[in-house]
Amino acid sequence: MSEDYNKFKLEAKSSEMLNDENTSSIKIQDTESEVPEQDLYHPKSFITKWIFCQDAKVIGIQYSITAIAIGLVALVLSWLMRLQLGFPETFSYLTPAGYYQFVTMHGMIMVVYLLTALFLGGFGNFLIPLMVGARDMVFPYVNMISYWMYFIAVIVLVSSFFVPGGPTGAGWTLYPPQAITSGTPGSNGGIALMLISLSLFVIGFTMGGLNYIVTILQGRTRGMTLMRMPLTIWGIFTATVLAMLAFPALIVACIMMTLDSLLGTSFFMPSMVQMGEHLKYGGGSPILFQHLFWFFGHPEVYIVALPAFGIVSDLISVHARKNIFGYRMMVWAIVIIGALSFFVWAHHMYVSGMNPWFGFFFATTTLIIAVPTAIKVYNWVLTLWRGNIRLNIPMLFSLAFIITFVNGGITGLFLGNVIVDVPLSDTYFVVAHFHMVMGIAPILVIFGGIYHWYPLITGRFLHEGMGKFHFWVSFLGSYAIYFPMHYLGFIGVPRRYYEMYNSPYIPTSAQGLNAFITVAALIVGFAQLVFLYNIISSIRLGKIAEKNPWQACSLEWQTEYVPPRHGNFGKKLPIVYRWAYDFSVPGAKQDYIPQNVPPSEVPEARTEKT
Amino acid sequence: MNNRRSFFQLLSEKPWEQSQITEDNNHNGKTLNLTKANLGVRSIITVNCIFFSLFIVAYADRMFIHDWQTIPKPLLLWLNTFVLFLSSIFFHKAKVYSDLQEFQKVKISLSVIGFLSALFIVGQLIVWKKLMNLGYFFNSNIANSYFYLFTTLHVMHLLGGLFFWKNITFKIFYKNYTMLNIQSSIKLCAMYWHFLFLVWLVLFGLMLNS
Repeated sequence: MSEDYNKFKLEAKSSEMLNDENTSSIKIQDTESEVPEQDLYHPKSFITKWIFCQDAKVIGIQYSITAIAIGLVALVLSWLMRLQLGFPETFSYLTPAGYYQFVTMHGMIMVVYLLTALFLGGFGNFLIPLMVGARDMVFPYVNMISYWMYFIAVIVLVSSFFVPGGPTGAGWTLYPPQAITSGTPGSNGGIALMLISLSLFVIGFTMGGLNYIVTILQGRTRGMTLMRMPLTIWGIFTATVLAMLAFPALIVACIMMTLDSLLGTSFFMPSMVQMGEHLKYGGGSPILFQHLFWFFGHPEVYIVALPAFGIVSDLISVHARKNIFGYRMMVWAIVIIGALSFFVWAHHMYVSGMNPWFGFFFATTTLIIAVPTAIKVYNWVLTLWRGNIRLNIPMLFSLAFIITFVNGGITGLFLGNVIVDVPLSDTYFVVAHFHMVMGIAPILVIFGGIYHWYPLITGRFLHEGMGKFHFWVSFLGSYAIYFPMHYLGFIGVPRRYYEMYNSPYIPTSAQGLNAFITVAALIVGFAQLVFLYNIISSIRLGKIAEKNPWQACSLEWQTEYVPPRHGNFGKKLPIVYRWAYDFSVPGAKQDYIPQNVPPSEVPEARTEKT
Repeated sequence: MNNRRSFFQLLSEKPWEQSQITEDNNHNGKTLNLTKANLGVRSIITVNCIFFSLFIVAYADRMFIHDWQTIPKPLLLWLNTFVLFLSSIFFHKAKVYSDLQEFQKVKISLSVIGFLSALFIVGQLIVWKKLMNLGYFFNSNIANSYFYLFTTLHVMHLLGGLFFWKNITFKIFYKNYTMLNIQSSIKLCAMYWHFLFLVWLVLFGLMLNS
């Protein structure tokens, strides 16, 4: 708030008091009348402009770069693991311990440090203020701290590669007691650094999440009601609420396990005999950790999926030139999925020896959550139906997302049933399922989103040819990787194994498949390098994009300058008169009407029921 | 007023109806009738509630296992509870005075709050020392672990609160402040203080009854 504004209000207050003799106290009003201008910190030097920056757009880009950088580490780790699995005789640099460490780091980095940070930290920071018509996040300083906490968390995580014993090899679920008993790689330094890094991540994320929630709820521009927001914002908003409610479970588990590992408490550690010797632990409950972890872990799946749902809805609508089918239903589905995601966590624990009724309950809730998810898939398909589909790269990625998500989702229905899950648990079927549904599908949306918003960020398009190459190799390649894994799971190949040894039940064809998967993984990885080259080279060489090149309706394309400057909009904030999906409105001259075009400017356009 | 709808009413709006369009065009872009800072503090309190409830769940799960040995609760803990209660009271007074614009009294209250909070933290440390002298170490029994963990976490949250207390005090003593800003800061800080007192009551009560 500016000083003038305060002064003005102060005066207004005191005059009120003069009029009303009975008021003995002045209470602050709980509303800031109108939408006051935000007092932004304008950067004065290179450091405040690009490093310790308070502009949400720059913070979003910082988040994205850090997340992609650490994601590349995880990608390389997956190559190394695949080489071991595919060609165990040729490549012998990896020990079993190293393999576990790579599995763990790959999983944790991809789920938490890449996907969560990129969707909420990257896309969230860049898009929220622009899409709701705000100048910046409501607490820009806290937002900056949030990024730097994330950055430190990443540094701590990476540093665990260099401590004696290396990073933890406990699997990304970090189950005690094995995570902190000797024999598991990285049980001295690695696990502690991992837990500290996760705690830092949660603290940093809470600061960011605070910004996202308050900006979306209280910082929108005039006319932007909740039910006029783009679905991207709905997805990010709901995911942030989930994260704020679920991440405490992770930090609680991390704090207690850190103490178990460093100070020898027994929060999670049962009494154990190791090498004939009684350990000092006793009485703790490893199952409690599993409950805490999955109480965070399952909402985490939706923290990744919901922003992807939202973004893909916008991409499909824009590039099919058609309003999103069933907007309200889409919003409801997002909210219902978010709410239900807190009641399904124990379906990750069917083999932990739980009461069968408990499993029955969680199987039921798991299957119920498929209903709103299916509604969303139908609505995407119906949005495409009779649309003016432009098969450009964002659209290709969106279509690929729908197919991949359905694929991964359907195997989820199988695994959600206790009786199917028990034999398939801990096999490659599970690996295939979750990589399809929360690995490939959201990443396809991230790619689509980057191709879509790159012109807004840089003012240039990404190279079309390289984009098409990237799309087809990534899309078909990921099917080449994960489809065979379903089959490996059916024949009982266990996940997390360094090699299959001479297991008589595994046919030799499994080895052939493994080699095939490895080759496919290397090719897909290479395509990502092309994509990175495309991003870097297009900053200078890309085709120059005019303003609003995709002819979208939402506010981020209606800024005064492209790319938008600090403060986002011109002198006046845009005023919103319609939802973000007024495409091909009957009677209108153009096939899109931006959100800030008043009805008086398009008198011929008719309103449609949404 | 469109800011007073429940979440379910908001979700069932029909944005295509003419009456709704007219209303929506005049919407000021705020969902709740709160300031941004107020909503921020409330969100933090919600996240904290979940944080502490999960610890309480873990505690409740663990306390029924046979190796549980209750830790003694020195009388000083009751005293500390009282000191924390007093600091909460003074924060309430500070809020009332700031609403009345009696900033001299606000200054006194804020100073007292700082003193009481420091007293509370020192008191907790003395309790720790006492217990350790009696041989109740952090990792000798799980009940001890929980006791030390809960007190530490609570004090850490109090330190976080003291950071904002410091900002307010600094502003009101040395800097020009705008009345609205300082009033709302004091109000929000008071809210957080009451919350922390409640957290301590719940944690202390839980540890007494196990």
